[in-house]
Amino acid sequence: MTKIDSKIPEGQLAEKWSNYKAHQKLVNPSNKRRLDIIVVGTGLAGASAAASFGEMGFNVLNFCIQDSPRRAHSIAAQGGINAAKNYQNDGDSIYRLFYDTIKGGDYRSREANVYRLAEVSNSIIDQCVAQGVPFARDYGGTLDNRSFGGAQVSRTFYAKGQTGQQLLLGAYSALSRQIHKGSVKLYTRYEMENLVIIDGRTRGIIVRNLVTGKLERFAAHAVVLATGGYGNTYFLSTNAMGCNCSAAISAYKKGALFANPSYVQIHPTCIPVHGDKQSKLTLMSESLRNDGRIWVPKNLEDAKAIQEGKMKGDEIKEEDRDYYLERRYPAFGNLVPRDVASRAAKERCDKGFGVNPTGLAVFLDFSEPIARLGEDVVRQRYGNLFQMYEEITNENPYKTPMMIYPAIHYTMGGLWVDYELQTSIKGLFALGECNFSDHGANRLGASALMQGLADGYFVIPFTIQNYLSDQITVPRFSTDLPEFEVAEKEVQDKIEKLMSIQGTESTDSIHKKLGNIMWDFVGMGRTKEGLTEGLKQLAEVKKEFWTNVRIPGAKDDQNTELEKALRVADFIEMGHLIAYDALNRNESCGGHFREEYQTAEGEAKRDDENYSYVACWNYTGEDKEPELIKEELNYEFVKVQTRNYKS
Amino acid sequence: MEKVINFTLKVWRQRGPKAQGAFESYQMEDITGDTSFLEMLDILNENLVSEGKEPVVFDHDCREGICGMCSLYVNGHPHGPEGGVTTCQSFMRKFNEGDTITVEPWRSAAFPVIRDLMVDRSAFDEIMQAGGYVSVNTGAPQDSNAILISKEVADVAMDAASCIGCGACVAACKNGSAMLFVSSKVTQLALLPQGKVEAARRAKAMVAKMDELGFGNCTNTRACEAECPKSETIINIAKLNREFITAKLQD
Repeated sequence: MTKIDSKIPEGQLAEKWSNYKAHQKLVNPSNKRRLDIIVVGTGLAGASAAASFGEMGFNVLNFCIQDSPRRAHSIAAQGGINAAKNYQNDGDSIYRLFYDTIKGGDYRSREANVYRLAEVSNSIIDQCVAQGVPFARDYGGTLDNRSFGGAQVSRTFYAKGQTGQQLLLGAYSALSRQIHKGSVKLYTRYEMENLVIIDGRTRGIIVRNLVTGKLERFAAHAVVLATGGYGNTYFLSTNAMGCNCSAAISAYKKGALFANPSYVQIHPTCIPVHGDKQSKLTLMSESLRNDGRIWVPKNLEDAKAIQEGKMKGDEIKEEDRDYYLERRYPAFGNLVPRDVASRAAKERCDKGFGVNPTGLAVFLDFSEPIARLGEDVVRQRYGNLFQMYEEITNENPYKTPMMIYPAIHYTMGGLWVDYELQTSIKGLFALGECNFSDHGANRLGASALMQGLADGYFVIPFTIQNYLSDQITVPRFSTDLPEFEVAEKEVQDKIEKLMSIQGTESTDSIHKKLGNIMWDFVGMGRTKEGLTEGLKQLAEVKKEFWTNVRIPGAKDDQNTELEKALRVADFIEMGHLIAYDALNRNESCGGHFREEYQTAEGEAKRDDENYSYVACWNYTGEDKEPELIKEELNYEFVKVQTRNYKS
Repeated sequence: MEKVINFTLKVWRQRGPKAQGAFESYQMEDITGDTSFLEMLDILNENLVSEGKEPVVFDHDCREGICGMCSLYVNGHPHGPEGGVTTCQSFMRKFNEGDTITVEPWRSAAFPVIRDLMVDRSAFDEIMQAGGYVSVNTGAPQDSNAILISKEVADVAMDAASCIGCGACVAACKNGSAMLFVSSKVTQLALLPQGKVEAARRAKAMVAKMDELGFGNCTNTRACEAECPKSETIINIAKLNREFITAKLQD
């Protein structure tokens, strides 16, 4: 049985990271040049790690599936990035950011990891400013902040509604500088398909060149995965079209534990689904909840009239509106965490109060802030988001309230990593959304950017040296070794099998079926019966895919349908893992809501006695159920309690 | 109610960089107005796959107008006739029953076609590598508020930094110039105190790389500005020229 060692350093919470850094092993400059590191992914975590490794003197190989590192989906993050600067003098501190993150994650994350995240958060802002990231500023020239869900302070730094873009471009600039210097070699339009392990250590990857279709081999002393999350398992999500979990699944199948797959974040403020040809969902930034008020009609007749198009939202009188978040959660109001806001929207819509023809939408209303601040101020704060909304829906949100509904957005689960961000396979590291480490069962807004950059700039540059310090005498590996041969053959066989099916269904149509099952049975409200049924249907989809998918074109040529099919094959495995974990976890916590486990008021009911652990899943073979390994969560410094956003 | 339209799609098909390309026509039926332009291409591809044909290859990713991956001329305009949006953010409600819609890849010597509508824009990465950064290592910089930056300057820098690197400016320019792209980065970094120190070196290095890679000169036709999905302004080009001339005078 695989043994779990999270390698949490000794000492008081605030001293752990300093203790670690004081005692870790280092690699001297001349040895760094002889060590190769592969980084897969060029988002915030990947680009910041690759750039930092290059600056340190390592020899770096950096891969991405897009045509440029700057396209990674971190670019689309809108709202902001958290840090405990306390520039607003509103009572913020490293401890407060740590505490809010632990609480927001519903007490299902590691104290030591989260504290370190809060501790390095301030350096991230300083680093980004030094790179020339144009954060929003106040008239006095200091940095400005806004508020996000799950916090009672303003600690979110932002660059209009394009914070992810600006942070990624900062990391991309740093990366470009290293490419120019020759310390990083960039490989664009390459997709990782398999991992190469020699004598228990990660020694390379097999990639598919997406332009030529050829498989290629690359060796290194360590491999860092920064390949994002698995939200596209649900087909419709706020992820980019290319986001996928194939790198993570290939690691899982080689023995890396997969942690907490059922923790999937459903974001409350997305533009509702409009039709069956839709390819993705668009997020409306959480920052809108700073000023916007969420409501549905109080009376069912009004809701029905709106659904039938006989009435408009702005015709509903003030006293007939139910600002249900303000009603249920007076202390946090519209700024409750995402999981709470999403479930509250679902609850109202399930009861028939939805406000669009499908009944699956609620209002996000700006009439009050427009009256209070004027349209110009609202335009300055949210102009680009309003414009995007109008472009998509053909409605003017300055005049009529926006309609929103929850959608799949982020995945808290991911590859299990220890305190050093190393997976259960030696020499394989996972950063950013790809790992499970910091957000517990629910991530707070503006914390994904923080974690991606914390991992890449301020954690992995230290911890990877501790691993590589005893690798300095290991020479570079030849990619002709039999282990590379076998790993490439595995991919080759999989591709040939896919190409030989020549059935009748397109990859997309099967992916849509997968997504519907996931949303219906493994979505916002889960039950034992639903999950059991979902698992049954997932097995059917898997069978259909492997017997009836149709992929035109050739295997060793550019083939976008084959690319999609390889990803969907892994989404199907991922779907099973999510549902299986959700079925095993007989409690509600954060983004995982089991309808059997709720309080009389409909809040999530945790079971700390039996489920205060990280569920780590060990792959046991094709079509076999995975083995559960538990990492117990021991809260030494924080008192575990029921989340309260009411008072 | 959303409208539903039928139209003819003329799409550039090209097997590879050296292959001869040609337009192919497809009849599109019952497309609803709330379908995005790229979702409309998804529908075309779904039809092609169901007929056992190879789908049209095009670059796309975020589908919310920020990644800069989509790169199509629609009816002769980069990203389509509607200003201020990327292809992925334009919707079929803007087109009419019976239209003929022409779709082509970026046409520019510096962006060779890879296949169909997909082009190689790695030249933009190379320009960035030549100098599109502040030379600062990861580490322990000073506190962010130690250097004050006025809101006005920060806002202009942010506008310049909004460039998504899609290449529409190059595609729109009759000379195939990358000046709007280069000047946006140069302007952003030259305005901020952190980037000011090496502003001259940066401007020279990026312009030299741009010339080396076969991009054309700027002759102030302003086509780039008109087609930019993020409304980058040619005032940036004036600023770049100033940085560049200052740098040359210092040589």
